[in-house]
Amino acid sequence: MPVKVLIPTPLRPFTDQKETVEIEGALVRDLLDNLTDRYRDLRKHLFDDSGKLRSFVNVYVNEDDIRSLDRFDTRVSEKDVVSIVPSIAGGAGSPAVVEGEVTFSREEIQRYSRHLIMPEVGMEGQAKLKSASVLMVGAGGLGAPLGMYLAAAGIGRLGIVDFDVVDASNLQRQVTFSAADVGRPKLQATKDRLSGINPHIEIEGHETRLSSENALALFRDYDVIVDGTDNFPTRYLVNDACVLSGKPNVYGSIFRFEGQVSVFDARRGPCYRCLYPEPPPPGLVPSCAEGGVLGVLPGIVGSLQALEVLKLVLGRGEPMIGRLLVFDALQMKFRELRQRKDPDCPICGERPRIRELIDYEEFCGIPQAREVERKMGVPTITVEGLKELVDERADVFVLDVREQHEWNIVRLEGATLIPLGRLPHEVNKLDSAKDIVVYCRSGARSAKATQFLLDAGFQKVRNLEGGILAWADRIDPSLPKY
Amino acid sequence: MILLPDQAAEAIRLHGRESYREEACGVLYGATTAAGKHVLRASPMVNARDDERHRRFVVTAADYRRAEAEASRSGLTLLGFYHSHPDHPAYPSAFDLEHALPFFSYVILAVEAGTPKEMRSFVLSEDRSEFLEESLEQEKRSCP
Repeated sequence: MPVKVLIPTPLRPFTDQKETVEIEGALVRDLLDNLTDRYRDLRKHLFDDSGKLRSFVNVYVNEDDIRSLDRFDTRVSEKDVVSIVPSIAGGAGSPAVVEGEVTFSREEIQRYSRHLIMPEVGMEGQAKLKSASVLMVGAGGLGAPLGMYLAAAGIGRLGIVDFDVVDASNLQRQVTFSAADVGRPKLQATKDRLSGINPHIEIEGHETRLSSENALALFRDYDVIVDGTDNFPTRYLVNDACVLSGKPNVYGSIFRFEGQVSVFDARRGPCYRCLYPEPPPPGLVPSCAEGGVLGVLPGIVGSLQALEVLKLVLGRGEPMIGRLLVFDALQMKFRELRQRKDPDCPICGERPRIRELIDYEEFCGIPQAREVERKMGVPTITVEGLKELVDERADVFVLDVREQHEWNIVRLEGATLIPLGRLPHEVNKLDSAKDIVVYCRSGARSAKATQFLLDAGFQKVRNLEGGILAWADRIDPSLPKY
Repeated sequence: MILLPDQAAEAIRLHGRESYREEACGVLYGATTAAGKHVLRASPMVNARDDERHRRFVVTAADYRRAEAEASRSGLTLLGFYHSHPDHPAYPSAFDLEHALPFFSYVILAVEAGTPKEMRSFVLSEDRSEFLEESLEQEKRSCP
């Protein structure tokens, strides 16, 4: 004798849209067994994996819940109507949501809500960000967007290595700093700024120069290392320390109008040395201080690095491992170059020759270059010496060998401009009988010019030590420095 | 796809705002069409939880039966339920998933600091393993 069973709306797709079905059975248990035998897809919605009726599924016989009767042993007959009635329940997590060991306050939930609503991040991803630790090497142009975005995105522990002081010439691109920060340690100014952006994260400052002595110990406590440095010795040091300690190195570099981004993870792809086995000779590739950099460029490159950090931590998307992104701001073009792991790489190859950190200044030829410069030994004059000559109205020819655009920024009174590159063509304009003092920004290019003039037969030629920067520092503080 | 007339969406937002700090819940009546679900009415229900109402809601079996009865009386289909997530994103929680039924649309409204924000709708996947988001479209009705 069949019993009528009422099916709730959400389960009707499994009963051929029938609202009522007739099932044989003397006990509720038999009825449900027979029902789910006939409509097999119903089973998983009524019972859990262990065969227990799901907590939100209620069974009524007429007006009574079987829990108040004999449960599954409740007897039924053809006069009864059995209803399957879901209770509808749900809800958010608690305000202090626990995701593994990581907890979030209500303020954090609000702050990160744009992450939390994306399935690709969600609570799980945000918890990964919060448990992550990232070490930024350098708090300059790249460090500015990096630090601010990583802090804002909720990287739980952010380490910063920097020992520099904020200079007025940093403000053109290092947007972490305000005018009032000039003269303050970059580390302190950065910490203040980042904790202002996100008070929920830990910021650890390391006011030290990254060196072969401290790099491995510093890197040990972090998951991801981000290279925001501006010189080759530190870049090779960061690379080697990452390879030796098995950490990913999110690399970025900028020069004038160009930027590069990649992720070097020797465990999964090439390292920086696979790409550039040897550093360029010192002086060949100028630093940003010498060559300049367009203000927005570090913002773009540093932001791309920050993105790569988030992807690595979240384990989402395709990290830039084995790919070098080259960005040309003037052309507004991104090019991607494939990079292969070099089997002969001295540090991550098949037979590594470098097994510990070395002297990177030496490796990059910096001391050797200094020695050459010293040996060049061109005659020099101090800025005080030049001031004396000028005050005495001595007949001295002051030669500026910088570029036209630098000349436009600032120049010494009475000087003549012949850019270093033009000097061989215009050397005939100079009077070898006169005293000549050559200057540039800091004294390096003018040393070369002085040497050139000496070689060309000039005898009364001297290089201005420290260049126009020294003049601005010690003689005329009203001059702008750049 | 679930189509929500402005009026129903507004009723859900209002309910979420008024119940803020506690979860609001209600039932969606309407019709199924070839295009998907077409909501015609959103009716508030009582959150029958007597604890943790800021993060949990429950519609009792008795209330559920009344809703089914109301649907059949008015010739409508029970399309699903809405509930609010106070200070929590408009995504289903693990708790929501455990308690989900097939076919139903679960419309979730995030209420941030008392202000209704995003609304999203989810349906249970066939194997019960996850919620799938369905597109929620608001129907603009111009004033007559």
